Amino acid sequence: MSDRALRIGLPVLMLALVLVTWDLVVRAFAIPPFVLPSPGLVLSTLIADGGLLWQSLLVTLTTTFEGFLLAAIGGIGLAVLFSQSRLIEYSLYPYAVILQVTPIVAIAPLLLIYLPQPLAVLACAWIVAFFPVLANTTLGLASVDHNLIALFELYQATRWQLLWNLKLPSALPQMLAGLRIAGGLSLIGAVVAEIAAGSAGAGSGLAYRIAESGYRLNIPRMFAALLLLSLAGIAIFFALSALSHLALRRWHESAVKRER
Amino acid sequence: MNSPGPEIVSLRNVGKTFESGTVALEHFSLDVREGEFVSLLGPSGCGKSTALRIIAGLSAPSAGAIEWPGDTASEGKIGFVFQEPTLMPWADVAANVRLPLRLAHADEVQSRAAVLQALERVGLADFAQSYPRELSGGMKMRTSIARALATEPQLLLMDEPFAALDEITRFKLNNDLLTLWQALRRTVIFVTHSVFESVYLSQRIVLMTPRPGRVFAEIAIPAPYPRDERFRTSADYAGYCRQVAETLGKAMGGAP
Repeated sequence: MSDRALRIGLPVLMLALVLVTWDLVVRAFAIPPFVLPSPGLVLSTLIADGGLLWQSLLVTLTTTFEGFLLAAIGGIGLAVLFSQSRLIEYSLYPYAVILQVTPIVAIAPLLLIYLPQPLAVLACAWIVAFFPVLANTTLGLASVDHNLIALFELYQATRWQLLWNLKLPSALPQMLAGLRIAGGLSLIGAVVAEIAAGSAGAGSGLAYRIAESGYRLNIPRMFAALLLLSLAGIAIFFALSALSHLALRRWHESAVKRER
Repeated sequence: MNSPGPEIVSLRNVGKTFESGTVALEHFSLDVREGEFVSLLGPSGCGKSTALRIIAGLSAPSAGAIEWPGDTASEGKIGFVFQEPTLMPWADVAANVRLPLRLAHADEVQSRAAVLQALERVGLADFAQSYPRELSGGMKMRTSIARALATEPQLLLMDEPFAALDEITRFKLNNDLLTLWQALRRTVIFVTHSVFESVYLSQRIVLMTPRPGRVFAEIAIPAPYPRDERFRTSADYAGYCRQVAETLGKAMGGAP
């Protein structure tokens, strides 16, 4: 069996095993659906509540996407600014770290007080997602081959030429790694903020559905929403990995296929 | 053979002390004439690379002066080849070679022609679209040389360019470099720690002592060009090598 077939076949087999066991356990012990619904029930709920859950998914995904976009712009922009001016870096970097190390769950309620709910959720998605972009891009911008910098200096490149033709392309692999982390994190940020908003919020995101279903003991719907969330996370991860691969496949070690 | 052209660059009592207190160069004086092939030879840490960077303007001397007697302003007229190929991995060979022209906002059509010519000179015309990672070490170095030649520099500075290559590739590149030098008649300052390489290539060898780096002796190698494999295996060559090696030994003995 080829390596590729194993890599796809084995996880699928694992999934099938888990689902069958889950189903058998639910049947054998006659577990009521409000404790643990069977996989079949989760699936049928997913289909029955499809319209509602789909709407919620779109809300959460929109927040995630906007948060990610702002994180990308903010993270890369700030990293570039840091690389241009040490004074700015020294002034702002500690606060970027503080923003990162303070648990988002603790910040979310505060943001919900000061900001309208959609904006607060967006802010949470942004806060969690922007730091990996900033940190990775900063690392990339700082690891440019010093001989190439000397070469640009020799040919009297302007600051702009140095940034555009050398530093940014050179930092691209780290930047993309940061973005890949940020994609998953902005989803987490959005979900955390929606949960924090909870019943108080007028939101309708997927996390809000989960919280709401929890209060109503609608456990099958909780599972269905959770399934959708994790599928969304997987889709985001693969989309960003594909983007990274496309951008680096011609030249970077991480993306180049080697023949042995 | 040693056509005494006008001086292209003169270093007068140049000194360089790094922030750490390391004295890399002290009272370093060197005159290089137009069209000359000069090697700076010495053990690692003798400041020869520092001298080269100072000539290139990449590093400022802490003492002394550099004079450019002719109209050869240092700007844009200098090509630099580093110890490593120093190529941009995300750009193909043609784009790497075109870089100096692009930074100078050179005309698109003209620079394309210049790139092609530079690539032909180093024998890489067929690899214009290749990426650096697809090239061998020698080919990467050729790309680096082509890039240095793209601006038609008056002065070519080379910092141990072939040190990391295997011997067979190094000999081949030595030969090709000499052929290029004879065709183009540019001034070359070549830094190396190989006695054999310096004798094979240069008209004149400047021997340096380490810590602090200064000129210990200058030895002319009056063997005629073109030099080829026959020269490399000749008794003359062996004689020059012995002479240079002995002087180098004295230079090292002089310094603790």
